[in-house]
Amino acid sequence: MVTNPLGLDDSSGLTQPPSAGDIFVNKSFKALTAFFTWATILLLAYIVFKIGSEALPAVSKYGLEFLTSTTWDVNEGKFGILPEIWGTLYSSLLALGLGGFFGIAIAIFLTQDFLPYRVEMVLKNIIELLAAIPSVVYGLWGIFVLIPLLRPMCNFLNTNFGGIPFFSTSLSGPGMFPAALVLSIMILPTVAAISQDAFRAIPLKTKEAAFGMGTTRWEAILRVMIPTASGGIFGALVLGFGRALGETMALAMLIGNSNKISLSLFAPGNTLASLLALNFPEAGNHETSVLMYAACILLLITLLVNIAGAFIIAKTGSGGK
Amino acid sequence: MEATPLSTSPTTQETCNCESVCFVGSEATLPADVALDCQVEKIYYGDFLAVRDSYVPIHKNQITGFIGPSGCGKSTVLKSINRMNDLIRGFRFEGKVHFHGMDIYDKSVDPVSVRRNIGMVFQQPNPFALSIYENVAFGLRLNRFKGDMDEQVEKALRGAAIWDEVKNKLKNNGLSLSGGQQQRLCIARAIATEPRVLLMDEPCSALDPIATRQIEELMIQLKEKYTVAIVTHNMQQAVRVADQTAFFAVDISSGGRTGYLVEMAPTKELFENPQQKLTKEYLHGDFS
Ligand SMILES: Nc1ncnc2c1ncn2[C@@H]1O[C@H](COP(=O)(O)OP(=O)(O)O)[C@@H](O)[C@H]1O
Ligand SMILES: [Mg+2]
Repeated sequence: MVTNPLGLDDSSGLTQPPSAGDIFVNKSFKALTAFFTWATILLLAYIVFKIGSEALPAVSKYGLEFLTSTTWDVNEGKFGILPEIWGTLYSSLLALGLGGFFGIAIAIFLTQDFLPYRVEMVLKNIIELLAAIPSVVYGLWGIFVLIPLLRPMCNFLNTNFGGIPFFSTSLSGPGMFPAALVLSIMILPTVAAISQDAFRAIPLKTKEAAFGMGTTRWEAILRVMIPTASGGIFGALVLGFGRALGETMALAMLIGNSNKISLSLFAPGNTLASLLALNFPEAGNHETSVLMYAACILLLITLLVNIAGAFIIAKTGSGGK
Repeated sequence: MEATPLSTSPTTQETCNCESVCFVGSEATLPADVALDCQVEKIYYGDFLAVRDSYVPIHKNQITGFIGPSGCGKSTVLKSINRMNDLIRGFRFEGKVHFHGMDIYDKSVDPVSVRRNIGMVFQQPNPFALSIYENVAFGLRLNRFKGDMDEQVEKALRGAAIWDEVKNKLKNNGLSLSGGQQQRLCIARAIATEPRVLLMDEPCSALDPIATRQIEELMIQLKEKYTVAIVTHNMQQAVRVADQTAFFAVDISSGGRTGYLVEMAPTKELFENPQQKLTKEYLHGDFS
């Protein structure tokens, strides 16, 4: 029997101080959560440190020229990742444009009383399932379904509007456009889910205010709902962009892996992530260091974008307050 | 053909030449000092009969107060006046609301244009997450106002007695203001388009006593230009501001909880000499 530290009479037996066992479980639980939190942080630090130190030889050898040069020749020992940086940003921006547009449109459709609540929830879950499809499946689908489907249209655009830089080459197989299209489908769930949260966070009184002013439904959405949710929407776009930057497998399968810089949507290109994935297996000691340098750059870009996104979401409270 | 240059809706003109065609004659039956004549027969939410048989004329350039115990349908009647309740699923209105020579529940009338002509201020201050300026300019932009925007915004903010407090921070977010300021901003937003009638649903209930007094003074100023209908749960407030008072109560005799108008009279008359027993009891504080 534990003595009651407050010295209270416990004749009714209805109040008891926590037992020694309760206190032990509570303390170990605290210690355990603290341990895992710190372990995660240490692991992250260790990864960054390890990649950084492996990259160091290449950093000191190639310096900033690594970022601006365009050749990648293992035999001559020349390395530059400008085409990969370009390809990473270009494919991600294209995907952001497409996926962002449709993601926001879906968020509006699923939150602004176009559908009964149950149907909204079913559709919301189906769209979130898109995020559960493995990257390699997207890649296969892209190769065997999407590219053959797109090729006639792309080549039509190339033959008739080849003067426009975006259409200046034909699509012979893998290329920027199919890669960006698949990428946009992959970021769609992220953008749609976070934008939906932003729209759902808008209080009913805001909607009442809009209709009370005599807006039509579209005016209410365009002039009130979207501005009110804009912080959350912007955060959704940034996080979607961050996801697109780091996506590897599907892009490695679809983008064509050629280190050229081209505005043409149908030309093959390359991204940092797929450069790493495809070159590591056969890399020697020296090339490994170079690849680690490229990994650092990718890490830096995604980190910056994700921090910016999280910051914006936190600052705007994801929608109206 | 537009009545006010500030409040136009393309749809009104497309669907109905309301003022000239559909409702000729109905205005003749309206006394000259009545701006809006609300004749409720029945209001339903789904199967639930919320309000019955309430005839509430809203007098021009006066403040009409709606009082009564909670749940008696004050908000329901008020929001029916500018068709805000159309947004609620299952809402059904039987009766007529004569306004400017037409019945706003006529099939040919677009509820959007009704709301552009009858402004509303809500219980909770609800400015948009836009700048103070854009909050006030909102209705003007909506109605494609062509005049001097800055001037009209300033006029509305002055009209809502908040100009001096915000004139140096028009770019700040409307949500950054205090509760009382937000409510006055909402009033400015509502009067910027100079609607004929302003509806207010317990506009002070979320405010402290000082802000409440400011809004009450403001309402008294507003009635020079506007016709105001206000719901209040506070009888003293009705005495302080209302020229006419409508007393609603709940009828539980038939098993439901149906609200209805018990009596309506000039405020002084109603409070000093109520005609109905129920009104007397309510004003005495026998129930609330
Ligand atoms: N959206 C709604 N759906 C169903 N019933 C409602 C709704 N709004 C109000 N009611 C009912 O209508 C009656 C009158 O409500 P209300 O007009 O809000 O009363 P008051 O404003 O006088 O307190 C109440 O019984 C209330 O429960
Ligand atoms: Mg109410």
